[in-house]
Amino acid sequence: MEGLGEARIMEIKWYIGLAVALFCTGIVGVLTRRNSIIIFMCIELMLNAVNLLLVAFSKMHGGASAVVQSNPNVVSDAQIFVFFIMVVAAAEVSVGLAIIVMLYRNTHSVDVNFLNRLKN
Amino acid sequence: MNAIILTAIWGVLMMLGGAFIKSKATPKYLAIFGLAVIIAANCMQLNSSMPFFDIDVKNMLHFNSFNLMFINVAFGCTLLFFLLSGRDIEKVGENVSEYFALIFFILCGVALISTFNSLLMLFIGIEIVSIPLYILTGSDKRNLKSNEAALKYFLMGAFSTGIMLLGIAFLYGGSATGSFFIDNIIAGNGPMPPMIAAGLVLLLISMSFKVSAAPFHFWTPDVYDGAPTVFTSFMATIVKAAAFFAFVRLFENAFGSMQFQWQKLIVILIAATLLTGNLTAVFQQSVKRMLAYSSIAQAGFMLFSLFALNNLAKEGLILYAAAYSLASIGMFAILIKMKDYTIDGFNGLGKQQPLLAVTATIFLLSLTGIPLTAGFQSKFFMLMAAVQTGHHIWLVIFAVLCAAISAYYYFRVIQAMFFKEAASDEVVLAGDITPAFKILLVITATGIIVLGLFPHFLTNWLYF
Repeated sequence: MEGLGEARIMEIKWYIGLAVALFCTGIVGVLTRRNSIIIFMCIELMLNAVNLLLVAFSKMHGGASAVVQSNPNVVSDAQIFVFFIMVVAAAEVSVGLAIIVMLYRNTHSVDVNFLNRLKN
Repeated sequence: MNAIILTAIWGVLMMLGGAFIKSKATPKYLAIFGLAVIIAANCMQLNSSMPFFDIDVKNMLHFNSFNLMFINVAFGCTLLFFLLSGRDIEKVGENVSEYFALIFFILCGVALISTFNSLLMLFIGIEIVSIPLYILTGSDKRNLKSNEAALKYFLMGAFSTGIMLLGIAFLYGGSATGSFFIDNIIAGNGPMPPMIAAGLVLLLISMSFKVSAAPFHFWTPDVYDGAPTVFTSFMATIVKAAAFFAFVRLFENAFGSMQFQWQKLIVILIAATLLTGNLTAVFQQSVKRMLAYSSIAQAGFMLFSLFALNNLAKEGLILYAAAYSLASIGMFAILIKMKDYTIDGFNGLGKQQPLLAVTATIFLLSLTGIPLTAGFQSKFFMLMAAVQTGHHIWLVIFAVLCAAISAYYYFRVIQAMFFKEAASDEVVLAGDITPAFKILLVITATGIIVLGLFPHFLTNWLYF
């Protein structure tokens, strides 16, 4: 139990690094994968990276008394934003999966390489 | 406020009413009636600043004559779209009242993104616009092209939303006040902190996706081509103009004080958009695809308002939105009636349907920017605003040259209508033309010419 004396606080840069790494994983997935469901998962990963970043920033601002004085709602603002992102992501999932199912019914595939009929 | 609440309520009513309405024509009349009432309610708020719904929005939304006027223009164009193309919406599929309900939800989003004052409202507004649009794009369920367009639009739209959210998160983290209000993000006009700069670039990229500015335009032709033509008409005009309005509103209020730091990026966007839009449109054989590329080219002109950010540019943006929407809605309404969407499909239209051909000519001339049409005045306002800033004059000259290129592909359609014979004696039209349709086309064309002669009819409303 020797670590208790010095309370270690993770610096914000690690959170930014983690969120950006997750976000970039999502972007690479969207750009390289061919299965539309996996692309879709990667987009969700991007949104969740943003959620993580917003919560980290809200704690960061909440710890700075100057920011809290100028804007008392600074912590809850970002956390409410996270809820909005989750709700919108759910709405997007319902529409997106419906579109993918519709495509699957017609082509029996979810591969985006199928999608080249419009190129002429 | 009136517009936002009433569109949402009317959308829900139409969606639920769809279960009880058996006749296919009723939803159209309901939608036209509802939209007319909403426009009247919005005008009341514009004139008296006394909304029916006096709700404390905690400064999240901001209403002034400028954005209320834009809502009026967007809703007015939608009303015209309902009147001209309502019968074609009925032909897309079985669920007619749902299509109208989705359009009302989109209009609610349009009203949100033209009045937002907080990044949260921007995000929600953009999503309320986008999600129903994905459904409308894929509404022709048996058609593979429509399916494909919907999937592509959905993936691209969700992807750009992710980028926008990361930008918003960085702005929140970087701003000294930790606020989502667009006018508190930046204090002063010193050098940008790195997190604000990252947020600005990410927001610029995602908004360029939404307004299809090059190099983020690659989804546009496929989506516009694949979607049912009536809905292409809607999303290429009203939705695009609204996204532009949000784009300009965001960058003017949030980053206007440090404009010189990001203006170079806009210059690159404008040049790339004008060049790719116009050059690729030249090689298109299908008029629908040509109009998709032309919408990219017109976006290049609308971006000038972001470049200049002065009063003239704001007037120009409203005028541009009106002129471009009127001309494109009219042109798409005629295109829907054609049997064959290629340019050759227009051969001999001048002989068979002189009135349609003449009005189509006026729409195309306005899109090109020939004097006496609204298209000319709006392009003039935009370029004038850019000249007023006093630098990057070469960009204005470049834009004029690009407008000259655009004359080539627009005039090819005019040439096909009047100077080429139809291959056989077949009728070139697929749909039937009602007298009401003809009268509305004439009204639209007259509106374009009146706006071209007296643009201050519209712009004077902005100052009250």
